[in-house]
Amino acid sequence: MQKELYIKHWVKIKAGKIFDVEETFLATEEKDLNTFLKLGYQRLQISYPKFHKMDGLSKLGILASEIISRKHSFSKETALIFSNAASCLETDEEFQNSMQNFPSPATFVYTLPNIVLGELSIRHGLQSENSFFVSPQFDAALLVDYSTNLINTKMAPQVLCGWIDLQSGEYDVFLCLISSEGKTQFSEEMLRKIYYAENDRPTHRT
Amino acid sequence: MLKMTDLHTELKESIVEQLNLEEMEPADISDEEPLFGDGLGLDSIDALELIVLLEKDYGIKLTEPEQGREIFVSINKMAQFIEENRTK
Repeated sequence: MQKELYIKHWVKIKAGKIFDVEETFLATEEKDLNTFLKLGYQRLQISYPKFHKMDGLSKLGILASEIISRKHSFSKETALIFSNAASCLETDEEFQNSMQNFPSPATFVYTLPNIVLGELSIRHGLQSENSFFVSPQFDAALLVDYSTNLINTKMAPQVLCGWIDLQSGEYDVFLCLISSEGKTQFSEEMLRKIYYAENDRPTHRT
Repeated sequence: MLKMTDLHTELKESIVEQLNLEEMEPADISDEEPLFGDGLGLDSIDALELIVLLEKDYGIKLTEPEQGREIFVSINKMAQFIEENRTK
């Protein structure tokens, strides 16, 4: 019999705001991505020097996962199922530009979108299933299918899943922790409802 | 040509900037401190960045990446190697 699953917690990072279901951690007019990410790091009082070496996508993942993990600790089996539209295009472009002079090894290592999953696994000590999908738009059905399957087949007790997109300096992050405990039902409809709420400019490739 | 002490300072500033050691000031790095392992805690990707830094800033091209093990021991060791091999 299939377990009923719930959205135990969610967090969004969009247009200068970092917030979850309970509170807003940062709201700023700052337009520069790196400055915004640093503000988020400081506001959340994270102490993880490696953060500063990461690309934008990984920094967004660290900030979002930090908020959720502080309220609901991750077991090492917590799976990660992420998706976005732009893959790691920002970093690809940065690396391509660096090739005109001296290619940067530190930038090169982030020229895969799933590196963010590795960074989160290191940060939270995860030894679990993870996948990163590139979709033209937010695909609630994919996230529900994959996450449900992982939990129901006992591959993972809980799943951190969602959308983490970065293109042309605009970021759109919606991560949620899925588990058999909680109050908010985990369904495609509910995922879409939360993702599109207060999100009049979702990052889609059309 | 920079004095040796100026080269030490320049190196520390470059390392902090190039390796994004944002929570560290150049003055926090001592001349003798190991750059890898228990010292500054740099990793293998940082070692590659240091190889790029040698070529970009001092015109030194390492043909064998393994040479880095002997050069990137400390700021003192790096500065000595640069003084002996720099082309710019």
